[in-house]
Amino acid sequence: MNVIEAHGLRKDFTVRVRKGLLRRESRAVAAVDGVDLTVRRGELLGYLGPNGAGKSTTLKMLTGVLHPSGGTVAVCGLTPVPQRIQLARRIGVVFGQRSQLWWDLPLGDSYELLRHIYRVPAAEHAARLRRCRDLLELDPFLDTPVRQLSLGQRMRGELTAALLHGPEVLFLDEPTIGLDVVSKQAVRGFLAELGATGDTTIVLTTHDLADIERLCRRIVVIDHGRVVHDGGIDALHARYGSQRRVVVDFDTAPAAVPTLPGVHLEATAGPRLTFTLDGTASVGALVSALSALGGLRDLAVTEPEIEEVIARLYRS
Amino acid sequence: MAEPSTLAIYRRLVAAQVRSQASYRASFALDLVSNVVFLGADLLAVLVVFYRVPVLGGFSLTDTLLVFGLSSLGFSLADLTVGNIDKMSRHVRTGLLDAVLIRPLGVLWQLLVLDVGVRRLGRVCSGVVVLVIAVRLAEVPVTPANLLLLVVTPLAGAVFFSAVFVATATVAFWWVDSGELTAALTYGGRDFTSYPMTVYGGWFRHLLAFGLGFGFVAYYPALVLLDRPDPLGGPAWLGWCGPLLAAVAAALAALVWRTGVRQYRSTGS
Repeated sequence: MNVIEAHGLRKDFTVRVRKGLLRRESRAVAAVDGVDLTVRRGELLGYLGPNGAGKSTTLKMLTGVLHPSGGTVAVCGLTPVPQRIQLARRIGVVFGQRSQLWWDLPLGDSYELLRHIYRVPAAEHAARLRRCRDLLELDPFLDTPVRQLSLGQRMRGELTAALLHGPEVLFLDEPTIGLDVVSKQAVRGFLAELGATGDTTIVLTTHDLADIERLCRRIVVIDHGRVVHDGGIDALHARYGSQRRVVVDFDTAPAAVPTLPGVHLEATAGPRLTFTLDGTASVGALVSALSALGGLRDLAVTEPEIEEVIARLYRS
Repeated sequence: MAEPSTLAIYRRLVAAQVRSQASYRASFALDLVSNVVFLGADLLAVLVVFYRVPVLGGFSLTDTLLVFGLSSLGFSLADLTVGNIDKMSRHVRTGLLDAVLIRPLGVLWQLLVLDVGVRRLGRVCSGVVVLVIAVRLAEVPVTPANLLLLVVTPLAGAVFFSAVFVATATVAFWWVDSGELTAALTYGGRDFTSYPMTVYGGWFRHLLAFGLGFGFVAYYPALVLLDRPDPLGGPAWLGWCGPLLAAVAAALAALVWRTGVRQYRSTGS
């Protein structure tokens, strides 16, 4: 079942450009330019793109904050803007840059207020809060005013706030931005666990590629408001020619090097050979061909860095 | 079931706001006191004028105090509940508006309760005191009709000023730097309504008193309370038009607000 369904989704902004002293020209700029997106229940989707690609604008249209300029969108079977209030009860949203919490009150007070805002039965609320308190280790700062929390503590607090009403879909806009390594890991571990249960669909935008490698089986990349990739990380590697490397050491430099489809000899340095493999080539085939030569001492395979792949994608 | 509990949610949100502001104890106390002082300063301005002239536009000091009291109580009630809406442009910029849009409650009500200016309570209290003193000094006859008018007028004034606050703040959706306009019509409106209409000249008076409706906030009700005919020739029933006018203003403000939110959601700026 599809929790999110968007077809030809677009959003135009009017940009005014000064031309001379009084003359101004209006120009429509498409921030989101015909995005098709379907997300099944329980998926954990990474939504990527460079700054200004239209990630946040898409999220705002999916959550009912902004009205699409064109296309259709349904989240949990609801149309976000006209059915904003119904939808709000069924989704959770964390904007990394914008707090949902009451700044001057103890963290726990925010949760009590949210329980009333979302009209969550007390027992349900208590059970969810207990789970978040355990997994995100909130207890040490539950009585601290939010303004005194560290960024990492606050983000754990924000995640909890977005989950207390038991949303079917969780939208996260850069949830790990600015966090230290430990907090990032805590947040990622929590999201991985949440995603693993399969009850909650998660859509996550991020610039942190470790988030994606750790969490997302499927990623959608947008650039200039258009989807440029939709699929698994493997498919991304295959498509954008990301290359695995095989580095082999021989006792002595071999006389002849086997040639296989999709395998290139990148460098030779005495007894050390470095091969690059296209997405489709098999490491196994190369290794068995090399060991047939005899005198193979050591072998290492390095996976391509997703950073490299994404950078290549943004440039193209 | 649904409706009364919505009210309960808002009551909780207001209580949270009071606790938030009270968590800065010294600043909270200072604000409460300074707001009393501010009203004192406005009052002083009236007294200074009458120190130089015994009668202003046909009205004595005590009569003018009644007009002043009605206006300032109405205004301070609006300022307490809705006044912070003038930070609208900041809410648009900081993204608070987006945060509010993803919660299952009305947008305007949330913005109001998330930012209610509890510290302005001091002004409401001193407004009540000034009004009571003015009623005694002007020797307003204590009749059921007058008592009703004394209660209804500040409330209608509060609704009217609230409407002005909301309508002008909504301009922030189109024009982010709109604070000046809000201030001109709200604080300006309060100053205008603090004195009898007779002190203002021709077109200016017509525009503000009738065109924008400020005349019904304090001046016409005060005439009824003082049992005086209008020197400008208006009929006595004008004094009872405040609530009607407030309702019209509130409806218009709601319309402007809705248009503003729709505009925001389609332009995102």
